[in-house]
Amino acid sequence: MMRDLIERLTQRYKLGAPVFQRADLTFVDLAANDQLRSLLLELRDREGFTHLVLLTAVDWLEEGRFQLTYMLNNRDANQTLALRVYLDREVAVGETIHDIWPTAETYQRELREMFGIDFPGSPRVDEEFILEGWTDLPPYRRDFDTLAYSQQTYRDRPGRETTDPRTHMKHKLYPEG
Amino acid sequence: MKDMDKSFKKDTETEFPLREELRPHQVTAPDGQVIEVDPLQDYFCQEPPKVHRKSYVRIVEDFYNWARAHSLWILGFGTGCGAIEMRPLMTPRFDAYRYGIQWRATPRQANLMVISGYLSVKTLKRAIRAYEQMPSPKYVVGLGSCTINGGMYWDSYNTIKRLDDYLPVDLYIAGCMPRPEALLAGFMDLKKLIRKGQGEGANKYAENFDWYKENQKAVIKDWDMPDYNW
Repeated sequence: MMRDLIERLTQRYKLGAPVFQRADLTFVDLAANDQLRSLLLELRDREGFTHLVLLTAVDWLEEGRFQLTYMLNNRDANQTLALRVYLDREVAVGETIHDIWPTAETYQRELREMFGIDFPGSPRVDEEFILEGWTDLPPYRRDFDTLAYSQQTYRDRPGRETTDPRTHMKHKLYPEG
Repeated sequence: MKDMDKSFKKDTETEFPLREELRPHQVTAPDGQVIEVDPLQDYFCQEPPKVHRKSYVRIVEDFYNWARAHSLWILGFGTGCGAIEMRPLMTPRFDAYRYGIQWRATPRQANLMVISGYLSVKTLKRAIRAYEQMPSPKYVVGLGSCTINGGMYWDSYNTIKRLDDYLPVDLYIAGCMPRPEALLAGFMDLKKLIRKGQGEGANKYAENFDWYKENQKAVIKDWDMPDYNW
């Protein structure tokens, strides 16, 4: 079913090569960002993908882009389709889909706060979501160093030790070596 | 620590703007009089906490401490995963009530605060408010390794590492998480401390008030409450 669907959609949308992860889970790239809204609407209204499972982002720092994953579910066919869209990391502005799925509003607020991806027009997108009084880089960006930040912000208690699990267990199990 | 990345520098310049309704503004009274209002100064008491002096007679102070040790009321304030361990503790399985330890719903009715696990900066703000609203003498117990040295959140950007930088801790109970038995043993130890007259957390907080406030304000950037929330 999913192969047919992707084949049909490829005629009109710029889809990449699909990855059939499981029998009920498919990933596919969308190369043209301006086709996103029409593709999502078609999937929702014609193909039965009525449920937005999640909207999440991946920070590909080396490639200089963000990947947005729109995971949609078709309950009747028990199929999940994940659309991957790429945004430029420097101008991280995505298209809001809160009018297609109202739940996207919450996801977009989270992405705005944690990755700094803006979704103009999404309700309350500029309000604080989880963090309070955050002034630094968005913390889920990969150039934000959480260890260095915590060391510069919170005081350590001396005496904390870290052991490499491998050498520790080797020494514990075979003390003679 | 070895693996610290020297290239990342935290942003220490940017100030977080105060909330709109807390900035100084003008209010027009019903009779047309215009009043200047600075909410943080005018709406709250600015009095810092005071040190509660000991009784002059030793035997009276000992009696007070005996009575305090037998009157522990825990604030039902759950942070992190440790709040789950309190449920079996307050119900028949472990039954802390037989030791005279009870849970109360509001800070005004409690004198023991159990910080039950990691504290994010957001929760720390609420914990400080709740602690300052509790009547003296009051005690703080830090539960689990998160409150001692950060525990598994040692590299988290949003979780404090040492609770005693921000609140005066009387006793730590180590573990991740400590079992309810460990909590009971900890409460017994706390009773011994109080009877010896060493449960002086509230006085320590009042004496080093400026130091505690400095530490608290260093991590809570949107400080939108009075300095002392009594």
